[in-house]
Amino acid sequence: MADLKKNIELLQEACRNPRAQMDRYLKEGKKIVGCFEPYTPEELVHASGMIPMGLFGGRADIQLAKSYLPPFACPVMQANMEYGLNGTYDGMSAVIIPALCDTLRCMTQNWRFGVKKIPMAPIVYPQNRKSPAALEYLISEYEQVLVILATVTGEMMKERCLQETIQVYNAHNAAMREFADLAADHLDIITPKVRHAVMKSAWFYEKGEHTQIIKEINEELKKLPVHEFTGRKVVLTGISCEPDEILDILEKNNIAVVADDLVQESQQYRTDTPSDGGGGLKRLAKQWMGRYGCSLIHEEGKPRGQMLIDMCREKKADGVISCMMKFCDPEEYDQPYFERDLRKAGYPCLAIEIDPLNTNYEQLLTRVQAFAELF
Amino acid sequence: MSETTVNEAAAAAPAPKPKRPKAKSMIMMGEQTAAMFENARLAKEKGEPVGWSASIFPQEIAETLGLNVLYPENHAAGIAARHQADPFLQECEGELGYSNDLCAYAKVNLAYAAVLNGESEIELPDGGKMVKPDFLLLTNNICNQLTKWYENLSKQMNIPIFFIDTCYNPYDYVTETRVRYVRAQIDQLIEDLCKFTGKKWDEERFQKIMKISQKNSYLWERANNLLDRKPSPLSGFELFNYMACMVCNRGKESTTAILQQLNDEIEEHIKNGTSTFPVEEKFRVSWDGIACWPYLSHNLRTLKKHGINMVASSYGKAWAIEYEDLDGMARAYCFASTNGDNATTMLDRRLEALKRFGCEGTIYHVNRSCKVMDCQMMEVQRQLSKLAGVPFTSFDGDQADYRNFSEAQFETRIQGLVEVMSQKKGVEADG
Repeated sequence: MADLKKNIELLQEACRNPRAQMDRYLKEGKKIVGCFEPYTPEELVHASGMIPMGLFGGRADIQLAKSYLPPFACPVMQANMEYGLNGTYDGMSAVIIPALCDTLRCMTQNWRFGVKKIPMAPIVYPQNRKSPAALEYLISEYEQVLVILATVTGEMMKERCLQETIQVYNAHNAAMREFADLAADHLDIITPKVRHAVMKSAWFYEKGEHTQIIKEINEELKKLPVHEFTGRKVVLTGISCEPDEILDILEKNNIAVVADDLVQESQQYRTDTPSDGGGGLKRLAKQWMGRYGCSLIHEEGKPRGQMLIDMCREKKADGVISCMMKFCDPEEYDQPYFERDLRKAGYPCLAIEIDPLNTNYEQLLTRVQAFAELF
Repeated sequence: MSETTVNEAAAAAPAPKPKRPKAKSMIMMGEQTAAMFENARLAKEKGEPVGWSASIFPQEIAETLGLNVLYPENHAAGIAARHQADPFLQECEGELGYSNDLCAYAKVNLAYAAVLNGESEIELPDGGKMVKPDFLLLTNNICNQLTKWYENLSKQMNIPIFFIDTCYNPYDYVTETRVRYVRAQIDQLIEDLCKFTGKKWDEERFQKIMKISQKNSYLWERANNLLDRKPSPLSGFELFNYMACMVCNRGKESTTAILQQLNDEIEEHIKNGTSTFPVEEKFRVSWDGIACWPYLSHNLRTLKKHGINMVASSYGKAWAIEYEDLDGMARAYCFASTNGDNATTMLDRRLEALKRFGCEGTIYHVNRSCKVMDCQMMEVQRQLSKLAGVPFTSFDGDQADYRNFSEAQFETRIQGLVEVMSQKKGVEADG
């Protein structure tokens, strides 16, 4: 139990102060590549001997970014731009930006001109994944990223390293999935805030190192008796659910998170890279082809609602909280459909606005209270 | 009594200014648009499939197969321009549960589709001329929102999407791997569309359509370029009215006729030293972004008051797509519109336009519907102004949501631009 607490505290600290993590790696002589999320090919960075660090915004005081983005741009991108401009990200050798939405498309250009001291590698994922040509195209996008990364390291990535990296990432995925399952049996310890910290901390660690910590946490959890949680259980869906104030409100209202469909959290871990079927780049491209249930990836038939219903059934959840990232149009197109599907299946769905730049959560408290009384 | 008063007042008022007769090319445009909707209606009646298409989809394909295709973006713009968008916006953000943050073209269209689908009951101001589609043609070379919008239409009406993913170009050229990916999708799409519609691909007809399309692109660009004369033979806003033939009928000979007529009319003005711009052209500006359709006449009136003619618009030329073969087509559609607008290409395109058309200022429409334009516009504004030495102003507006525009702000911003342009002119004149 002491180790469990210590490990959790370690991961919470990494989330509170990612810069300290970065400085630690820099001190070790490692190079850092900032990864705009989601689905950035971190494996390429890792296999090139560098540390990928997730850039997921934060509670920035937006000043300089106002010269690049209108006020109705995604708050995560506003914060990332601010941090790039004000020097918070200094020390990174490069950033990778996946152009998965219109704002991210523009971010590739804003970064090019606004933050010249940190070179940028763009990547554009194929969205017509039914086309057999998508695979070859994506491999070429990876190769283009590798060329830019090679200018940072001065060396080309080795195939052997990529094969090893894929194993590291798949092992991490498995550990994170196991944690998510175990967490649902220990909702007294793994509160919404703790669960979030464990999930989010992965962005700030070399994945092999993070896997070790998660495995230790998992082992400690397995030793404990299953906790019978008497409150309400929910599934979170959306891009992310932070800052901690929101998660505190859930806890205060006796609501626990039994599963998530958040881009920042479990969505990263639900699709492994196949263990065979070609070289590393081809297998990574196949991982992209296998991803599902995300607003940023084109799929026909709006399958997310059914996926959430299945998750609720499997995890015995009472309902869903839709964590609607402010100004996130891909999410806004999905929302009416999955909300309708959930309602039809008898699962209540509370939509809350996620704005990491926000500091006032009074209104949210009232809404969550009302939602908790629904059951 | 009151009637007499009104009549007396009318008699005392100056006679209304006679309206300029509609240009023949505009009449032809009206006929073409009416025919497009009528043909779609007839096709539907006969049980033939009708499609809805993204506006920069390679329409040469549908044209070759003789399919009837309608264009939601163009249709939504029309609804907005006629001030009929409100019930659709309300329905979309109300009953249908969409966020007001979304593109207003999408919001208008999704609500319109809900009516066609029997889910909503709002009255269709055009009697439902945008008939219910049986299939969707999608490209994302304008923006990623289109992909999501069409995903939803497909689910809503249970119809297939034929999709060409054009992949945004962060680089200044189209990578060959993009060309191969897009080309492979075009080949697949032709096969799938033939299977779905029961039509047969006719290579000879395709070659002919490509030629027509190329000719139309040339004539469209030529008409745009004729506005480089000083003073301009045309009020630039008028070109917005002709865009529909490039958006919806790029592969048709009727478009060639319209654009030929338009070119002739412009040349006639040049020959006679006349212009459709009704006042003295004191300033020449470029317009960046989609038109603010709900306030088009207000925008024009305000500019006219200051003698400002909009002679260049990056938007108007978005449909001048040039290529020679299928690989070329893949490359051209991949680099079309905002898909090729990384910041450097955007700058090149605009710098060239400012110089060619002798612009003295730029007006940026911060279009609340269009994040793909807005989110990199500020950097482009700064760099372009510096490179070209031309001042700019921006205003908040929307392509179809009338609630996102303030007449007062627009007027003030234009007034400010006029002051800077005048000052600059004075300094330059003084030597």
